[in-house]
Amino acid sequence: MTELIRRYGKSLTTLMVLLTAFWLLILVLIPNLVLFQFSFKPYLPVDELGGAKDFYSLNNYITFFTSPIHINIFFMTVLYSSAVTILCLVLSYPLAYFLAKVVNPKTAPSIFLLLIIPLWVSEILRSFAWFIILAFNGPLNAMLQGIGLIQDPIRWITGYNAVIVGLVYSYLLFMLLPIYNAISSLDTNQIEASEDLGASLWRTHWRVVIPHSKPGIASGCVMVFMLCAGSVIVPSTLASPSSRWFTEIIQQWMFEGLDWNTGAAYAFLLLALCIIFVSLVMRVLNVRLVDIAK
Amino acid sequence: MSEDVTLSNISMDFGNFRAVDNVNITIKAGEFFSFLGPSGCGKTTILRLISGFMDPTAGKILIGGKDMTGTRPNERPTALIFQNLALFPLMPIWENIAFGLEVRGIDKATRRKKAEELLKLVDLKDSADKKVSQLSGGQKQRVAIARALAVEPKVMLLDEPLSALDLKLRQHMRAELRAIQKRTGVTFIYITHDQGEALAMSDRVGVMSQGVLQQVSAPNEIYNNPANGFVASFVGENNIFDGKIKAIKGGMASFETSQGVFDAKVGPGVEKNTVVRLYVRPEHSLLAKAASKTSNSIPVEVTDLAFEGNFINVFLRDAAGHTHMAQMQNDPNSPLPSRGSKLHMNFDGDDSLLLVHAKTRG
Ligand SMILES: Nc1ncnc2c1ncn2[C@@H]1O[C@H](COP(=O)(O)OP(=O)(O)OP(=O)(O)O)[C@@H](O)[C@H]1O
Ligand SMILES: [Mg+2]
Repeated sequence: MTELIRRYGKSLTTLMVLLTAFWLLILVLIPNLVLFQFSFKPYLPVDELGGAKDFYSLNNYITFFTSPIHINIFFMTVLYSSAVTILCLVLSYPLAYFLAKVVNPKTAPSIFLLLIIPLWVSEILRSFAWFIILAFNGPLNAMLQGIGLIQDPIRWITGYNAVIVGLVYSYLLFMLLPIYNAISSLDTNQIEASEDLGASLWRTHWRVVIPHSKPGIASGCVMVFMLCAGSVIVPSTLASPSSRWFTEIIQQWMFEGLDWNTGAAYAFLLLALCIIFVSLVMRVLNVRLVDIAK
Repeated sequence: MSEDVTLSNISMDFGNFRAVDNVNITIKAGEFFSFLGPSGCGKTTILRLISGFMDPTAGKILIGGKDMTGTRPNERPTALIFQNLALFPLMPIWENIAFGLEVRGIDKATRRKKAEELLKLVDLKDSADKKVSQLSGGQKQRVAIARALAVEPKVMLLDEPLSALDLKLRQHMRAELRAIQKRTGVTFIYITHDQGEALAMSDRVGVMSQGVLQQVSAPNEIYNNPANGFVASFVGENNIFDGKIKAIKGGMASFETSQGVFDAKVGPGVEKNTVVRLYVRPEHSLLAKAASKTSNSIPVEVTDLAFEGNFINVFLRDAAGHTHMAQMQNDPNSPLPSRGSKLHMNFDGDDSLLLVHAKTRG
């Protein structure tokens, strides 16, 4: 704090602290606290607010725990978000390594540009594009039939297939970039030293590259998982009759049922899930929160 | 125990830049061999070719008589000590040292034992469980050596491993490296741009310039009989004269300069019409009141003196305005020449060498 004052002077420091406080307090903390408070109250008609029935309880949470369908959807969301996270990790790690250490540093930026261009299109359009591609009479089936790989068109949009494809596509970069950054910061001589000492490529990765890039892997996993679990557009655009996402249930409570209270309770369950996931990832990868935040 | 290394017609191109140009040499088993040359002359490139990180554009590398073409670094009997050491910061010291054993599938207890033995060898007994960041520069150096020794390489490759250390430690590590090399009998290929280091440590030295190997000889040969002007200037100081050969007879020539005609020995490959310069070492340039009748001599004026301890460098200017240097032993009983005094610099024909400039590419 004194350091800040010394560098920027009193008035500028005050302004910066106030802005940060505004952002944290007004835009993040207070809305969440209001919602948190909501989640313990019953959903009541306006004239009964403040009445005899208006008291705090865990009833909204109990609604969830007594609804097997919602519990099922919750776990499906966890399961498939984890699956997407793992898929993204498996796809990103080799690509990140390739971009950071194999490709000529001069061409890497153009490859990145190519990777980032799709992000300029909004998520809803990108999901819809996949919807078209994967459609029963869509271009993917047409192409596969055209080159003679399949006889009859395949129904791609069943179960969670299409949702997984859409989520991987949407959030891959959030895995790629932190891992790429982590691997870039590794001294290439260390990779070579490992090989020179007799290590196979696999062991060099296991003992040298992966331990070094753990913070990047952790922050990639955390980001992708949270984005997936919290995603609404992709799961609803690419949904099949048998795929439901937990966020859709929250949306139903809030906007179709207008029951903000139960919706808020469900939203906090999702938040709790994400917190548990973050701590789990940190435990498994043995990294600290500051490493991830970097 | 150790193997010989042969570079046969090795060239290495990066794009259209030739970093190593047709190098031919056999480094003997158990030898301490140094590549010496200025920055950018291709020393690291040669080392990376031997360790297998790059394939030469042309030529072959043989280790122990076996052609290494297509053999990956992890299958070559070499161990490279990197310019920046490249220790693994996330592993404790002992795991760093035992890494090469780990990849060979040796069990943990044996690895630990071997690591501790090696730590004793490099005088770091109590550091097994420390982190890399807890060690000093010299200690890291020794860990890097131990890590390389652990895989029992036939050939050890060292890329300026002492350049980051301060002078005292550097001198200490020189002796230590030399001792380790003698004790283990491993072939050492050492890279440096420090001529003192190369001359002091090596059995033989290869001097390089712009990718071309200029001369390969024992240290004293390099200093006393440099093959060309580049080697003479890179290894030690010289007083240099431009001129033209008038006549050659029995290995001696008379060399005409703007300062007069001098007798000089003819260097390798020098003939009547080759373009050469005359090189005289400062310690062979003797100062006297009078011009010598029997040796070469020029009148000079003392411009400055530098006291170096056991000897004194005297800076001189000749009639044509060229600067020279004479080296005198420090003798408390004889007076030093004073600045501005007019003296004669005498140098024997046997101590004067006519040398071509340098071997160039092609
Ligand atoms: N991968 C590369 N691509 C292009 N040029 C390179 C590459 N590696 C080295 N060079 C060039 O080759 C020449 C020799 O490089 P090298 O690293 O072998 O020099 P060096 O003798 O080890 O120098 P130093 O003493 O500074 O380490 C340099 O001019 C360098 O710019
Ligand atoms: Mg180098």
